[in-house]
Amino acid sequence: MTGAQLEKILKKHDNQSSNILAILQDIQASENYLPRKTLEEVSQRLLVPLTQIYHLATFYRTFSLTPRGRHVVTVCTGTACHVKGAASILNNLERELKVQPGETTTNKEYTLETVNCLGSCALAPLVVIDGTYHGRMLGTTVLSMLKGEKKGASKKS
Amino acid sequence: MSEKELVRFQIDGLEVEAEKGQMLLPVALEYGFEIPHLCYHEAVSPYGACRLCLVEVTKGGRTRMTTSCNYPVDAGIEVATATENVLRARRMILEMLLARAPHSETILTMARSAGIEETRFPIIDDADGCILCGLCERVCREVVGANAITFVNRGDKREMAPPFWDPMACIACGACVYVCPTDCIKMEEQGDERTIVRWKRTLKMQPCKSCGKPFAPQFQLNWIVDRVQLPKDFFELCPVCRKQKK
Repeated sequence: MTGAQLEKILKKHDNQSSNILAILQDIQASENYLPRKTLEEVSQRLLVPLTQIYHLATFYRTFSLTPRGRHVVTVCTGTACHVKGAASILNNLERELKVQPGETTTNKEYTLETVNCLGSCALAPLVVIDGTYHGRMLGTTVLSMLKGEKKGASKKS
Repeated sequence: MSEKELVRFQIDGLEVEAEKGQMLLPVALEYGFEIPHLCYHEAVSPYGACRLCLVEVTKGGRTRMTTSCNYPVDAGIEVATATENVLRARRMILEMLLARAPHSETILTMARSAGIEETRFPIIDDADGCILCGLCERVCREVVGANAITFVNRGDKREMAPPFWDPMACIACGACVYVCPTDCIKMEEQGDERTIVRWKRTLKMQPCKSCGKPFAPQFQLNWIVDRVQLPKDFFELCPVCRKQKK
């Protein structure tokens, strides 16, 4: 993240340390993760100890301290989704993408994640691809969706 | 200046008096009541993490169990420090703490005096003795002001650590070592180097100009000089030599 970009984000939030969460969210939105260098800069600019920023950044699941892939695939493993076969979807994805939940493929295309409940249990099992919810999923459907992800992307926009 | 308001209330039937808004635990300790506690220290703000200082408080006819370290006293409350309920809850908490810190002398002693020989919970294999009471973090932030460590992650992955596991802000003062209730933060001094083992922080110590003995980390001394704006040569001598010079 360039200095000018960070400047813009900080200015948007009036350089207020009380807006630290919103600032982190904006950095995450622009970079897809929270780069250490940027966090250190935020700490210096807003006079917030780095410990406090790191505490927040590791507490919330929205934030990632490692670069994430171009596409984030989130499998819901809540109770309803679990009963409806989330584990097998997750297995499929783990095998196909060759990553564990929380990891990113080596080509930086996909990040696989799990979530404990999205509150849409009627649609179980649920998979979220780049923020779009897909209900009643099967492992194979998810995979074909990822392969034809251009289609999925156009659908989203 | 107006005088602080005093309130009267009861602890185990004894009439006591304290400033309104003061926390219950220090008041009770002052009056000689024995309430076990691990995460409380008078030098820092209360946190209520270890849960051992549980007491029963009756207020307005309702009784509830609460941690006394962060309960502000009020007029007319009735506090019971050792009811059957409280003791049972404390025993359970001690058993859980014991599973986390099976080698801590402090916790072992507390458990034994509460009549516990062993814990029913599986002992965590790689238990390092940390009970996540947060005392080290509060001391580092509130008293020292170094802000070197913090709680990281959450849930079962929660741990105390420097940001990015890079202890760059640690001045190796040893305040966390001193305050840790389970002694899981160790400090070692070898030659002219001091290491805080848990944070993996090693700093070179400054030798005394008079006796030549290394006495404190250079990084720490510079940090203090910087913050309090002392003259650059303020820490030339070790505390012993400085006393003699006077």
